[in-house]
Amino acid sequence: MFDTLGMSASAVRSLKTLAPDLLEQLRGTGSSELLPVPQALAGLFPEGGLRRGSTITVSGSSSLVLALLAAVSQKPGWCAEVGSPLLGSVAAVEAGVALDRFVRVAEPGEQWPSVVASLLEAFEIVVVHPPVRAHEADMRRITARARERSAVLLVTSEWPGGHTNAWPGAMLGLSVVGQRWHGLGSGNGYLRTRELDVQAQGRGAATQPRRATVRL
Amino acid sequence: MNAVRTLAVWCPDWPVIAAGGSAELPGAVLHANRVLACSAAARVDGVRRGQRRRDAQARCPELTVYSHDPSRDARLFEQVAVAVEAVVPGIEIVRPGLLVVAARGAARYYQGELPLLATMATAIADATGYDAQLGVADGIFAATQAAFAAHIVPPGEAAIFLAPLPVRVLDRPELADLLVRLGVRTLGDFAALPRARVLARFGPDGAYVHDLSRGIEARPPSARVAPPELSVEMTLDPPIDRVDTATFVAKTLAEQLHDRLAARGLACIRISIEACTENGEQLSRSWRHGSVSTTGFTASAIADRTRWQLDGWLSGTIRSHDGRPSGGLAFLRLVPDDVIHDDGRQLTLWGAESATGPGGDLEQIDRALARIQGILGPDAVVTAVVGAGRDIGEQVRLVSWGEPRDVLPADAYPWPGRLPAPAPATVLTPAQPVVVIGADDKPVTVSGRCVVSAPLSWLRVGQQPPVAIAGWAGPWPLDVRWWDRLTTRRRARFQIATVDGAGLLLVCETGRWSIEALYD
Repeated sequence: MFDTLGMSASAVRSLKTLAPDLLEQLRGTGSSELLPVPQALAGLFPEGGLRRGSTITVSGSSSLVLALLAAVSQKPGWCAEVGSPLLGSVAAVEAGVALDRFVRVAEPGEQWPSVVASLLEAFEIVVVHPPVRAHEADMRRITARARERSAVLLVTSEWPGGHTNAWPGAMLGLSVVGQRWHGLGSGNGYLRTRELDVQAQGRGAATQPRRATVRL
Repeated sequence: MNAVRTLAVWCPDWPVIAAGGSAELPGAVLHANRVLACSAAARVDGVRRGQRRRDAQARCPELTVYSHDPSRDARLFEQVAVAVEAVVPGIEIVRPGLLVVAARGAARYYQGELPLLATMATAIADATGYDAQLGVADGIFAATQAAFAAHIVPPGEAAIFLAPLPVRVLDRPELADLLVRLGVRTLGDFAALPRARVLARFGPDGAYVHDLSRGIEARPPSARVAPPELSVEMTLDPPIDRVDTATFVAKTLAEQLHDRLAARGLACIRISIEACTENGEQLSRSWRHGSVSTTGFTASAIADRTRWQLDGWLSGTIRSHDGRPSGGLAFLRLVPDDVIHDDGRQLTLWGAESATGPGGDLEQIDRALARIQGILGPDAVVTAVVGAGRDIGEQVRLVSWGEPRDVLPADAYPWPGRLPAPAPATVLTPAQPVVVIGADDKPVTVSGRCVVSAPLSWLRVGQQPPVAIAGWAGPWPLDVRWWDRLTTRRRARFQIATVDGAGLLLVCETGRWSIEALYD
């Protein structure tokens, strides 16, 4: 705690009346190690949130990525995305992502590792759609950069299928194992709601697969 | 709103005068075989603007013909501009041959508009020897017409002065043509029309010229004040061709510039980096401070941008039109283009980069994005703006980082034909062609009246085995811009769910099906 020796009594009092979370921020510890996730998805993460500095892969659903981004964006935080196809902007708004704090680089080309590395310097969460032929050395370097800069790296897999678990150093992999859309008839209705079965599996505390069904 | 008292300086038949002709000798400037301007003597003989060369020479055999050279016109007019600026500062050049300046303050200084005009006419004649006509009136348009007539229009009487002039002086040939055919021949007739009707019939531009003809003018001449000399420059001897050397130069210059700005309490939000190579090539690139921050560049930010720019030029990684310079850089200048008052910046108590990690630090974000823009070009980094529209492609607009994001209210109006929420999370660009097979085992077609030939039952992507369709809805027809043959589009959109649970947005356009987006 603070060294209050020699401080005036009023100064000590005002320090103590500071909100506890503000104090925590000042000391740079506590819950700020985790980024928030939507309530429905919290059970998938061993710690109940996205650990800063970790790398997470997501396969099979862009809505899932948007839901994770929205929780950070509303904190409020800044999000970035590299690679194409870009996540749907209208869907992002519906999910709750603030578009003015969501920066995208659609065509990084051969420069994608340095673009991602630059973004990890400044952004809390960076979504990467890696090219099909990515070098493993680049992936490792980016993962290390995320850890060093305490940023979260979300790696998506290509649609359909893909190579999600090929990303080295990923702490956790989220994959969609089933989904059901409701609201469509035969020539009538519209896509109204959807249930998504998500499975999370990874290293360390996440070795045991966890499952959750969410409505997104 | 009251129009600003404006003085206009007009040099008659300027292209001819600039080309070396004079008012007394018949001469004309031709462009694309048409007369662009002619001297007074030529006009007496019947030469007119827009005539063909042969017609002009037939009317006036001794006509001297000059070629068109806009840069010569502008260059020589600079002498007139300098002469006028010596009398009244804050001039605005409308085109070579015509300039305007706000007259109120100057008239007070010279104790009246007439003495001001006399002083100015003398100054122009003494300094340049060119003929100039001057006029004063309310607003630029009226002042210009006053200069053509060499007249001082008293304040508030612009409309009366303009009334007898023909409508073609509005410089809207199509509108003037129509007005004349409608029997509206003078500005006075035009001004007498109700403004609301003019707006309804001729649109905002029509309403604008209607205001002009009534002597009302929105835009005041800008008092351009020359900024104090803030740019910094350095001659590089020997020329630099290596990035690491450039880094030192960039840092030194950036600190100089920042100190110079800070001494005046200023910060700059746009900076031009100009360089000259050994072989005389001129390179220039502007950098704007990102949109998130209201404070200007810091010294290190200027140094970074300069270094990245030099790096880009020297290594040729930036895809610029000028490409890679042929030699080393011999000269470098930093010009602060856009300068604001520096309101200061408060750093956080324990520093921004504590254990809480990155995020939220705007300075860092700007640096990171500027860095990427340096690698990939300024248009590579975007944010999206969602606006109005029926289709996702219409709704989303990508704005380069640093450009203003003009956010329009998304749902200010209903958009019939827009698909209901939720929106697809992945939009495929380009759309993926597919084959849709109906319950009758034939490819499904959609008629012009949006009748579907059979219920949708199978979907085949490429050579993959077909996937059964569990549910479908549609079509949501979209028939846009049917009045324009080039941009018209007719599309029918369908939402489908496959048996494995995926939701897709299909589009049928000119008989071809494709997956436009995924509800994944």
